[in-house]
Amino acid sequence: MPERIIVPFGPQHPVLPEPIHVDLVLEDELVVEAIPSIGYIHRGLEQLVQKREFTEYVYVAERICGICSFMHAVGYCQGIEHIMGIEVPDRAKYLRTIWSECSRLHSHLLWLGLFADSMGFENLFMRSWQLRESVLDVLEDTTGGRVIQGTCKVGGVRRDIGQEKLDEMLRALDPFEEQCRDLGDVFLNDETVKYRLQGLGVIGKDEAYALGAVGPTARASGVPSDIRETGYAAYGDLGFKPVVETAGDCYARCAVRVKEVYASIDLIRRTIDGMPEGPLDVKVKGTPDGEYFSRVEQPRGEVIHYLRGDGTKHLARARIRTPTLANIPMLVKMLPGAQLADVPVVVLSIDPCISCTER
Amino acid sequence: MSTMAFLKRSPWILHYDASSCNGCDIEVLACLTPLYDVERFGIINTGNPKHADILLITGGINTQNREVVRNLYEQMPEPKVVVAIGACAATGGIFRECYNITGGVDRVIPVDVYVPGCAARPEQIIDGVVTALGILEEKRAKMAGAARMKDEVRHAEQAGEST
Repeated sequence: MPERIIVPFGPQHPVLPEPIHVDLVLEDELVVEAIPSIGYIHRGLEQLVQKREFTEYVYVAERICGICSFMHAVGYCQGIEHIMGIEVPDRAKYLRTIWSECSRLHSHLLWLGLFADSMGFENLFMRSWQLRESVLDVLEDTTGGRVIQGTCKVGGVRRDIGQEKLDEMLRALDPFEEQCRDLGDVFLNDETVKYRLQGLGVIGKDEAYALGAVGPTARASGVPSDIRETGYAAYGDLGFKPVVETAGDCYARCAVRVKEVYASIDLIRRTIDGMPEGPLDVKVKGTPDGEYFSRVEQPRGEVIHYLRGDGTKHLARARIRTPTLANIPMLVKMLPGAQLADVPVVVLSIDPCISCTER
Repeated sequence: MSTMAFLKRSPWILHYDASSCNGCDIEVLACLTPLYDVERFGIINTGNPKHADILLITGGINTQNREVVRNLYEQMPEPKVVVAIGACAATGGIFRECYNITGGVDRVIPVDVYVPGCAARPEQIIDGVVTALGILEEKRAKMAGAARMKDEVRHAEQAGEST
């Protein structure tokens, strides 16, 4: 029997933009066990609800994670709105959908780039990030912020997108989609990429379900769960079908995200087409009293904001279950059996967002 | 031309996320990729602290991260410059009141340049790095001066012994 050695992976590692520590137990080059330890980004944001008023906490919710910041704000606001019985105007819902999908686009393109980087495909990394900049330009144009938007508030949204800008976005979508399809073509059909990814880190449907996986990680194993199907914001009006793959390997997880990029472009197009007129927000009176589980589909999967108010300006409790936390058990199952050189690819295939995980 | 002249323009960078929200970190990476593309000047994001000249650090540093940050800083060879990116790295920012946030990188390691913003924009980050280059050059000149003085003293001593 070969000797077992333990290789520490992280917290500071070239492939990881964020710190996570994994102890890899190796037999020669083969991983037999992976023991993750987290806590490098824990800030204690849930406790901050006691220090910030419930309307101000939106800013904190946005900063749970800088990549899916807008979705965190939407999740939090929807929770508060549900507790207080606030009916958000339609236009605000549609605008939230547009910004959510823009965030998803930029997050997926960011991930595709990092994933290409983990395979050593630098050219593809740069190309993905180049495309991502055009999404960030739209976000900056419409909200004022590149990564932290700050436009979602309890009761609606803060800014409108004018008809002129909407038309411009619609026109820009066609060439953008073409570029995305060129990029996706490399990820889906390139022989070297396929050779590297297929059959790596396989998790079957039942196992993925049992491990509680969410988002693209679950959908790549054939679990058709997507919270957008519940029809929050404008998704109910738009009609939505989740992207599902069945292979359950790294290639499938990559394919789901590539296809979700196309789906997001399509969703934005239909949202702009169906954009209703009307006010942007309603006035918020009183304080939240009650509790609610608010669920939103982020780029990485389902995020749950549990909020409980006790009739004061400060919430009594907030609990945020983020998608990466739900996907870490999958990762622990995926790593055994992989070569040491494949570890970065497998780790990135769940799209880890450590800031979310640890809050 | 000094043998260290390349340091003036093409520093190698170490980036570490010390309990930030990720916003500044993806902006640091955005500096390296097309549109901003500082790699064309030979500014490379290295993963190895022993190869790095400039430490870009984001976030307010939580209790568990203190040791890691100090360790990274100590592993970097002199001369080195620390750039704190974003509001959290300067003061703790929005996370200031959290129970386990140290509040500012300068409470753990010395900081030379502060880049404001939440999240800091790539232009600001590049500007911060350019400022850091000046400081790096100053530190290098100082080190070189000290080394020369030591040499002169040694030569003088040797000369004194031989006569």
